[in-house]
This record gives sequence, structure tokens and C-alpha cells, in this order.
Amino acid sequence: MNDGPFIAQKLIPQRAPPVLRRGPLAFVMARLLNSPTNILLTLASIALLYVTIVPAVRFLLVDAVWHGTDRNACLVENVGRAVGACWPFVQAKFTQFVYGFYPADQRWRVNLTFALGAALLLPLLIPRVGGKVINAALFFVAFPIVAFVLLVGIGGNTLPIVPTRLWGGLLVTVVVSVTGIVGSMPIGIALALGRRSTIPLIRVFSIAFIEFWRGVPLITVLFFATYMLPLFLPGNFNVDGLVRVLIGIAIFSGAYNAEVIRGGLNAVPRGQAEAARALGLSYWKITGFVVMPQALRHVIPGLVNSFISLLKDTSLVSIVALFDLLGQLRASFADPAWATPTTLFTGFAFTGMIYFVLCFGMSRYSLFVEHRLNAHRRN
Amino acid sequence: MSSANPIVAIAGLNKWFGEFHVLRDIDLAVGRGERIVICGPSGSGKSTLIRCINALEEFQEGRIIIDGIELGPNLRRVDDVRREVGMVFQSFNLFPHLTVLENCTLAPIWVRHMKKKDAEAAAMQYLERVRIPDKANSFPGQLSGGQQQRVAIARALTMTPKVMLFDEATSALDPEMVKEVLDTMVDLAREGMTMLVVTHEMGFAKEVASRVVFMDAGQILEANTPQEFFAHPQHARTRLFLSQILR
Repeated sequence: MNDGPFIAQKLIPQRAPPVLRRGPLAFVMARLLNSPTNILLTLASIALLYVTIVPAVRFLLVDAVWHGTDRNACLVENVGRAVGACWPFVQAKFTQFVYGFYPADQRWRVNLTFALGAALLLPLLIPRVGGKVINAALFFVAFPIVAFVLLVGIGGNTLPIVPTRLWGGLLVTVVVSVTGIVGSMPIGIALALGRRSTIPLIRVFSIAFIEFWRGVPLITVLFFATYMLPLFLPGNFNVDGLVRVLIGIAIFSGAYNAEVIRGGLNAVPRGQAEAARALGLSYWKITGFVVMPQALRHVIPGLVNSFISLLKDTSLVSIVALFDLLGQLRASFADPAWATPTTLFTGFAFTGMIYFVLCFGMSRYSLFVEHRLNAHRRN
Repeated sequence: MSSANPIVAIAGLNKWFGEFHVLRDIDLAVGRGERIVICGPSGSGKSTLIRCINALEEFQEGRIIIDGIELGPNLRRVDDVRREVGMVFQSFNLFPHLTVLENCTLAPIWVRHMKKKDAEAAAMQYLERVRIPDKANSFPGQLSGGQQQRVAIARALTMTPKVMLFDEATSALDPEMVKEVLDTMVDLAREGMTMLVVTHEMGFAKEVASRVVFMDAGQILEANTPQEFFAHPQHARTRLFLSQILR
């Protein structure tokens, strides 16, 4: 352009951005092999994948033994080749992994509970399905009562009482983590609000409560709940061991959630509450309709982080004689009928996959929710 | 500074932020239908003053009486007062997770206990009044600054306030959008709404204000009709301020 006055003669229409190359080969050339450093990194990555994926596939699939009735099926001298995963072991112990020592003729109650829970949870998780209020009421209020009656029983012939010490496996893992997650949220919200309260007594109590529970290891909490609490409670007042553990875990992770939620509350601009106050809304309505919904949206990643860590921490209950999935697995290793060199690896690989599916599922779902709720922010 | 039968009466108002004396002996009476423009340098306490009227700030001494309801230093009867007073903020403060329509029906439904249908019908009327009914189902983040501020005005109006407070309502807007918001405010003034407006828009003051109040260092230094205020400023500090903002 020359110096001096300038007047545009026409408006420039929008056009598509230039695309240099398309296709997989172009992608590889442009992203993976475009400089000596990247070529080196690509080779190193391929080598890394080779040394991790190939043995894993070989162990889990290629060399694996698929059929058999006892350890003999998985011994090298009987198979005549290298032996990988011993899947018959998992088949044989599968019911134990799921139900623990829950009486075999009563296992339909566990199945029914799982089915009911899934039937109520799935529509709750899918945004397009309507009736969320009724659905939530059923899942959070009615379902726990039904599940309790079904799993524990009411005595008699139809629903004989199954003491919780017979529960185990995936049942315990799911019960502990679902109650922990659902129970820790209201505790976390209440403590987060309490810590921001202008009333000193509530604030000090909340701070002390949060710091106490965050400062104590979960193992200590579980030990205390299981072995020491009964000593302090009056003799005729006995709470079931599993229930004590559930309460301990809910409070413990509630204290963590409180700090996550408080971070979200701090991220909501002050003007939001002020505008709501100027409209005449009360504290609880401001919190419920304006501040808390925004705060929770901010902290979905943090909350799911603590849910995932809670799910995996449930394996700690095995030290207080509750046999969760991992505890059940370790118990099954003691069975001499399945003592083979690869039993241990097979078992851990199997339970590892179950934990991974559960955690990865939560993680993906939280991403989905995050994108959906934050749609309004992407202008 | 008195008006017969004032709707807002402030007497001997003093406020401190810690040691800082932010409002000093404020006396101000606003008549029904009056439009007061409050101007002054930043930090002069003008925002704090109108935030006190809506009980967003506590104060230590003095009285504020709004439509016969006294707001004492201990801020009792806050809810009664807030129902009478609407407020528009510099930063809009729309609720980002709610649609425009939901922003405008939240308080009518939960404070005035209106039915959802009635609240929505009323909200649509106010959105039409600020000329933005087509955005009812958008989220605030999808609107321009000027549109957001007009929604904020509509949201305040849904509570049918007797007094409207504007805290630098156009300061955060791009120049191109200031006019659409000012036009809305002028319309409101023409309809007879009692307004207290903190602003730097002297054109607005000249056009609609019944009185202009000049504040500095927490004190009201001068109050007059806009004609007199701009033509013959009396206080030396007023003259300095006007010479700096009117070039």
C-alpha cells in the first residue's frame, strides 16, 4: 500500500483457510517425521509401545489358557508351551469376585439390586431422558432403602438376613464407593458453605472438622470405626461394621470434597451473589440457584478426581476384614487348587481391568457433563 | 437538599471501610419520579452510596428511609427494601448458567411467588421493553455487552421496583454499545421511574437528570439542576472535575 489516503474499494469476502496437505501420509510427514528430533522421538515411541504392548497382548491373549478345571490346565509341563494368563482361574472364582461369601441361593438379591440401581442410574445420567426429579428421588431416596432391605434382608424365608461379614467382592466395592460418593457430596457442600459462613462458630467448626479428617489417614479412620468405636459405644448400641466403615468413608471424602467445592465457590464472582441479593433472594436461594450451580460446574474435574480416588481407596477396607474386590482376589490366591505361577498376574490383571473400566467410565462421563454444562460459555 | 414526600431519604449517613471514612455526612432526598445523576472522581464514594441504598453495604451512622421503610445501621428489613429497589451493575452480573428468560423469572418466582407461566409472560414484556425479546432463550455468554446490560435492566424491572439504581451501567461497554443502554435508560426515565444513576455520561445527565450530585472524598460537594450544574458550577472542585472530563 502506498502512503497517503486510502479508501477500500470493495469488501473482501470470507474464504476457506489454505489446506496444504491432507491424508494419513501427509499427517505422518508433517507431525511425526518433520525434523530429526521428531524422527528420533517417533522411533523411541514405537520402541516403547513395542516393549509394553507386545508382551501384554502375548500374556493376556496369545499365550493365555482359556479352558480348564484346575491348576493343571495352567502349568507349563501340561500345556507344553509358555503360559500366559490363566483365565480358568477367573472363571472358577468369578462368583466369589462378584458376591464374596453371599449365600449362593440368595445371590439373586444382589443381581436384583445391581439391576435396579442400573435401571435407575442410567436414565439419570442421560440428559435426554425426562422426569429427572422423580428419577433422582427414586435413586437417592427410595433405592437405598430398597437396596438395604434386599441386601441385608428382613428375616423369614423369602429374605433371610445376610450378615454383612458374608458380603464381598464387587458387591462391597460398589456399595462402599457408591455410598461414599453419594454421601460425601452433601457433607462436602455443607462443610464448604460452613467454612465460608460469617457466623464464627459454624466457620470454626467447619475448619476444625475438615482439617481433622484431612489430617488423619483413611486407614486410621477405618481402624477406628471398626475396632475402637464399638468400645466407646454403649454395650447394647451396636452399629453394623460395614455401616461404620461407610460413615467413616463418607465423612473422610466429604472433607476432601469440601475443599474442592470451596475452590469452586471462590471462583464464582462476588457480583453474582450481589445481583441475586439485589433481587431480594434469600441466602439459601442465592446459594441453591445462583452460586452453588456455578461453583459445582467449575469443580467437576476435581470432584471426579476425588470420586475416582475414593473408588480405588475402597480397597483399603480389606484391612478391616471386609472383603472388597481386591480383598476377595487376594483370598482366592490362597486356594491350592489354583496355585500356578501366573495366577497372581491373571487375578490382578482381571481386577485391574474392572477398576479401570469403572474409573475410565466415570472420567469420560464427567467430561461429557462438563462439555454439556459449559456449552453456554463457548459463546 | 430536600424533596416533598421523598421516596428515598438519606440523613447523616456515615460509613467506614476499616479506618477509611468513605461516606461523610451524606444527606439526600429523592422525590418520586426524580432522576438523580451522581458523578465524581473514582474513589469518591458514589458507588458505595448507592450500594448502601440497596443494603449491599452496611453503614455505621445515619438513616436511610425508602418508601417509608427505615434501613437502620443494623440492616434489618433488608428484604423489604430490596423488593422496592432494583439495581443494575457495571459488570452486568447476569447469571451465566441460566437463560435470559430464566434470569428474568428467578426472582419473581422465588421471591414474589409468581406462577412460572405468569412470571415468563411478565418477563417477556420487560424483554420487549428493552427491545431484546428474541434473545429470551439465549445464554448471557452469547450476547454482546450492550444486550447483556439491557437484559440486566429487564431483570431488575421484573421485580417492579419503585426505585432503580444504576452503578456505572455503561462503563464496561464498548463505545458502540453505550448508546443502546443509555437509550433504554432514557426510555425508563421518560416513563417516570425514580432513578439514581452513577455515571460518567454527562450527555445522559444533561438530557434526563432532574438533579446532578457531585461527590468527592466521600462527601456531597454540590447538587443542582443539570443546566446550572454544567453552566455555573459553584464549588472549585466541581469546576476542576468538569474541566477534566469535558474537553
